[in-house]
Amino acid sequence: MAIEIEQPTVGLSKVAVSETHGEDSPYFAGWKAYDEDPYDESENPSGVIQMGLAENQVSFDLLEEYLEKHSEASTWGKGAPGFREHALFQDYHGLKSFRQAIASFMEQIRGGRAKFDPDRVVLTAGATAANELLTFILADPGDALLVPTPYYPGFDRDLRWRTGVKIVPIHCDSSNNFQVTPQALEAAFKDAEVMNIKVRGVLITNPSNPLGATIQRSVLEEILDFVTRKNIHLVSDEIYSGSAFSSSEFVSIAEILEARGYKDSERVHIVYSLSKDLGLPGFRVGTIYSYNDKVVTTARRMSSFTLISSQTQHLLASMLSDQEFTKNYIKINRERLRKRYEMIIEGLRNAGIECLKGNAGLFCWMNLSPLLKTQTREGELTLWKSIIRDLKLNISPGSSCHCSEPGWFRVCFANMSEQTLEVALKRIHNFMDQRKTETN
Amino acid sequence: MVFKLNNQLLSKIATGNGHGEDSPYFDGWKAYDEDPYHPTKNPKGVIQMGLAENQLCFDLIQEWLKNNPKASICTPEGAEEFRDIAIFQDYHGLPEFRNAVAKFMAKGRGNRVTFDPDRIVMSGGATGAHEMVAFCLADPGEAFLVPTPYYPGFDRDLRWRTGVQLIPVECESSNQFKVTRKALEDAYDTAQLDNIRVKGLLITNPSNPLGTILDRETLKSIVSFVNEKNIHLVCDEIYAATVFSQPDFVSISEIIEEEVECNLDLIHIVYSLSKDMGFPGFRVGIIYSYNDAVVSCARKMSSFGLVSSQTQHLIASMLSDDEFVEKFIMQNKKRLATRYSSFTNGLAQVGIKCLKTSNAGLFVWMDLRRLLKEQTVEGEIALWRVIINNVKLNVSPGSSFRCTEPGWFRVCFANMDDQTMEVALSRIKTFILKSKEAKMSVKKLCWQGSLKLSFSSRIYDEIISPHSPIPIRLSFEPELEPV
Repeated sequence: MAIEIEQPTVGLSKVAVSETHGEDSPYFAGWKAYDEDPYDESENPSGVIQMGLAENQVSFDLLEEYLEKHSEASTWGKGAPGFREHALFQDYHGLKSFRQAIASFMEQIRGGRAKFDPDRVVLTAGATAANELLTFILADPGDALLVPTPYYPGFDRDLRWRTGVKIVPIHCDSSNNFQVTPQALEAAFKDAEVMNIKVRGVLITNPSNPLGATIQRSVLEEILDFVTRKNIHLVSDEIYSGSAFSSSEFVSIAEILEARGYKDSERVHIVYSLSKDLGLPGFRVGTIYSYNDKVVTTARRMSSFTLISSQTQHLLASMLSDQEFTKNYIKINRERLRKRYEMIIEGLRNAGIECLKGNAGLFCWMNLSPLLKTQTREGELTLWKSIIRDLKLNISPGSSCHCSEPGWFRVCFANMSEQTLEVALKRIHNFMDQRKTETN
Repeated sequence: MVFKLNNQLLSKIATGNGHGEDSPYFDGWKAYDEDPYHPTKNPKGVIQMGLAENQLCFDLIQEWLKNNPKASICTPEGAEEFRDIAIFQDYHGLPEFRNAVAKFMAKGRGNRVTFDPDRIVMSGGATGAHEMVAFCLADPGEAFLVPTPYYPGFDRDLRWRTGVQLIPVECESSNQFKVTRKALEDAYDTAQLDNIRVKGLLITNPSNPLGTILDRETLKSIVSFVNEKNIHLVCDEIYAATVFSQPDFVSISEIIEEEVECNLDLIHIVYSLSKDMGFPGFRVGIIYSYNDAVVSCARKMSSFGLVSSQTQHLIASMLSDDEFVEKFIMQNKKRLATRYSSFTNGLAQVGIKCLKTSNAGLFVWMDLRRLLKEQTVEGEIALWRVIINNVKLNVSPGSSFRCTEPGWFRVCFANMDDQTMEVALSRIKTFILKSKEAKMSVKKLCWQGSLKLSFSSRIYDEIISPHSPIPIRLSFEPELEPV
């Protein structure tokens, strides 16, 4: 064995020792509670139910059925003639058939209202990598991206950690259902100016995580006008686009650009992924779609650090180019998510809890502010701890999403069976009944 | 659709050339892409010898796959695992994947050491691993020492987005390019003088492009050096299982197990399945660190480049089949040995020597110094252009590996079948013989004393005959002119 010598620890980088990885947030603390005591219908019926993870498990049967019928998607079902080519394929352009399939899938999700060019599709290992990569390309260390609150907690790490870029929040509140306003955009830009920080772009998530709602057309137009005026970028994270409960209610930034004849579009970049719409987070499939040639070229080069396994590209190229399958999948997935949403909303309403009116995503944005002892972040976290401890539900506190109003919680509903959701709703119901009794 | 390009809108990282693609290393690939060799459809095309891929053992893999349908989640036999695998995005990775990789790494080192699966962190290929390690160990402006010649991709992987610098540790042919203590000290001192903080030393063992392994004494000396300077040691061992003849490969993991004084927090290994198994498309990169803080940090960072769970599942299955793995490793070495010896013997027949200490890797380090018109980088690049344009082989010039001596070339031999290798050899032989003839006839003429001809122009004129295709114009250079 090597004789270990006592040495002052040789330093790691500043990036390594910083806390910008974000894992100390309550967002993740709840997950730990779940990991230590996970709910299982039979083995652990009083365990913690995971409602803090935005996964889509409602449509797996459709995928499994597809695979059963199409053995060519399984690269090595028949003597593996394609194996070698795929095992060797490391070209950062990605499999052309896969890019075409993604482009066509994105078009289908938007009901054909926007066209996507496969040569503008850049592949990355997940949207996590896509967002970081775009940030490296659009901003220098110390610069900022403006992001509407509340936002996905992972952005704190993905946009800031290794890039050194800052996030300046665009404050939204419940008075207008948390929509982005021109005033809020200008205020955020001014906040950055006051701090002597250069703003390089705005990043929106549409449909929104955690709100579970699509951004209205007029708001998208205002945002696009704003970034054009300020001569900055616009990144539109549309990873939940296929999870809007009805196709017509989702408007993509791509549609706005098409309507404007693609004028000034080189500042717009779309992030997409198959983790939410198709429920395949393990496969690490992310994409950047940019209307800017230089961004496409640079992003492609940078994707070397985070390519998608060719094995996975091949499987999904097959699946997603089957337009009959995808059309059917998209339709059924939307319906099931809507049903699930309605189920949870009704259950919560019966328990006396209201949510933001949602129309997309894998979660609802629940208002528990009436239950707070104090309308503060501390009040929210106190309530949240008791929900984990006593209700055994892992839900995500709004403060971890940088929501400016305390008392809101994101509750995921698509990562479990209907039975489990019933159990969760029952626990909430009992909890609220108990509170009524206590206050009376 | 035509869009306005506005460079001011992009970051410095984006607008700079840290992507490294302006190197001759990649220009040769472009020549190949424009005119790729094919035995029947394009027999006069460029043969790709600039890509270090291992294509010698796919038959073994394919046979295993046929016999193990459960390894794929898309087959009827494996489909029941589809759901669980598809949602698995935990950055720890599938436990069975980590266990299988740990076992494979051990087997690749003759089971002389074991690896702890909990120290295995995933990354987007070794490319992603190197960048990730640089992010963990160094701040912008700080530096890693790297022995030359080294893999051109390091310039991008270690520097581009991290802002870290690379300082060469110069190695020479006079001692088979060994890494000497003096060279290490010199490089370190240079950094000190330039006020650059050195955070680590990066070694590639077995070496790309040399195909040599570091001997025990050198490794021990390196370990003592990094401990003395209190800097990190990153060991890229991606070619570990390609060592095809004696002496045996010695991994850094073996050295630190022995009686050496070493702060384990300094030691990190980069590994991958792209070379040993021939799976570059699957993007299986591994960071193995003896430093808990680095494991923890790297694991968090791996979110930016996780291995597809579908691939983790397949690899876990394949690499836990002990019998298969042992057979594979052995066959792989055998076939590489055979290929290496056919190729070097072929070259020797026309008097071309390769680095004699090479016993690993997917390439030879070919010595063409005596063919250079002038012993300079320009001389090397001129010869290289002839090889690409006229001999139609994409080989990699030593200068793209920052070799300090002009005239060396890396030639990959494992990414083609036997026939293609024979074609490549015959082209080289023809080229060399013609250049010898030219030399002979010039000597004759000179002896007759009647004509003024420059030696080099005769070589090139012989090659550009009416029957050879027009030389490919490389995008960055004017048309080849006989000099």
